Amino acid sequence: MIKKELNKNKIINTTFIWQILETVCDPEVPVLTITDLGIVRNVVIENDIIKISITPTYTGCPAMDMIAMNIKLAFIEKGFNKIEIKQILSPAWTTDWMTESGKKKLLEFGIAPPKGNAGDITKDGVQCPQCKSIHTTLISEFGSTACKALFKCEDCKEPFDYFKCY
Amino acid sequence: MSLLNSKLRITNSIQLFNYTLHLADTTLIISHRNSEWCGHGPVLEQDIALTNIALDLLGQARNFYQYAATMLSVKGTQPTEDDLAYLRDANEFKNHLITEKFNGDWALTVLRQFYFSCFQHFFYQELQQSSDEQLAAIATKSLKEVAYHLRWSSEWVIRLGDGTEESHTRMKNAIDILKDFTDEFFIMSDYELDLITKNISVDLNNIKTKWHQKVKEIFDEATLQFIPSAHPQSDGKNGLHSVHLTTLLAEMQILQRTYPNSVW
Repeated sequence: MIKKELNKNKIINTTFIWQILETVCDPEVPVLTITDLGIVRNVVIENDIIKISITPTYTGCPAMDMIAMNIKLAFIEKGFNKIEIKQILSPAWTTDWMTESGKKKLLEFGIAPPKGNAGDITKDGVQCPQCKSIHTTLISEFGSTACKALFKCEDCKEPFDYFKCY
Repeated sequence: MSLLNSKLRITNSIQLFNYTLHLADTTLIISHRNSEWCGHGPVLEQDIALTNIALDLLGQARNFYQYAATMLSVKGTQPTEDDLAYLRDANEFKNHLITEKFNGDWALTVLRQFYFSCFQHFFYQELQQSSDEQLAAIATKSLKEVAYHLRWSSEWVIRLGDGTEESHTRMKNAIDILKDFTDEFFIMSDYELDLITKNISVDLNNIKTKWHQKVKEIFDEATLQFIPSAHPQSDGKNGLHSVHLTTLLAEMQILQRTYPNSVW
């Protein structure tokens, strides 16, 4: 019912859709929204259906199905239930699409943001999110999730997650 | 009873279907082998690393299976990626034989992953140019993940090869055990040869030298010697498998086979 009223009032427009998308968080890194991550590739409205294209981060990322569901829920909550979510592979997601504010949020959360550009798999000079030292060492190439590596800081001795370039 | 024995219609070229299935099976089976280390890794961080690699490979397999499933029609309905993974028998799997081999010790697992990541690294670079857009898209995406797998496994080969007497011996044993199973990376099946003419599949001759060079580079640093095979084993792509695959599938498929269509 609400949906119809909203449709009549022409409140559905892409700006509004993006505003809703900005409230959906990544379930594994809840400090980031999906727009911070840059996984929403396209939004269109066709015949009253909201069509959203998202691109998976890692191919095996188990969060993707949950993200798709959370997007649907966010729209249903606002009274829209005609939503189609499509996963697209190309162009492939890259950490270059993560927003600057997203990177800042990661850092404040205690996760070192990706350093450098896509494909740059360096492990030197990753900055400790606690004390900002760059005197850090890779402990493991893979951390608590596929998108992160585990580092330790040689100065403050704290271990930390690093969001790898992709 | 296998899915593919039932009334099935392939709505696309049979070669493309077989090729996609080959890519799916290979990544699924090595993923499954790696996942068997979950909870058994030598240290927690490496346990997590290997299972993360398994997860990446499972994701790649899912992309290939999803694509293969779109080419099928069984009694008017479309099978899913799960049907293809869980309802086919060993003789229908088209994975490389190296991927199904029992894990053995850490040295064997690490060496297999190194050989395989090295193969995928060069293979996906070529597959990105495929005239099949979906295969090219999966390749571009997966290549980013393989860069990390290759670095991780290379470092382990070097660490064990150039490590203690014990670790060096174990690496030498692993090289011996796997020596007959790397040529299959470059021996082309009929469906691959057919698809080369359409610029869909990768001409494996183009990556053979690169693979050997990379292996030599890492082996030199690891003080190890590559042994060429006198008896290459190569029919996995055509469905001829060892008991290693049968036992793997028995475990992996038991739930769907015993309780068909169960979900949780």
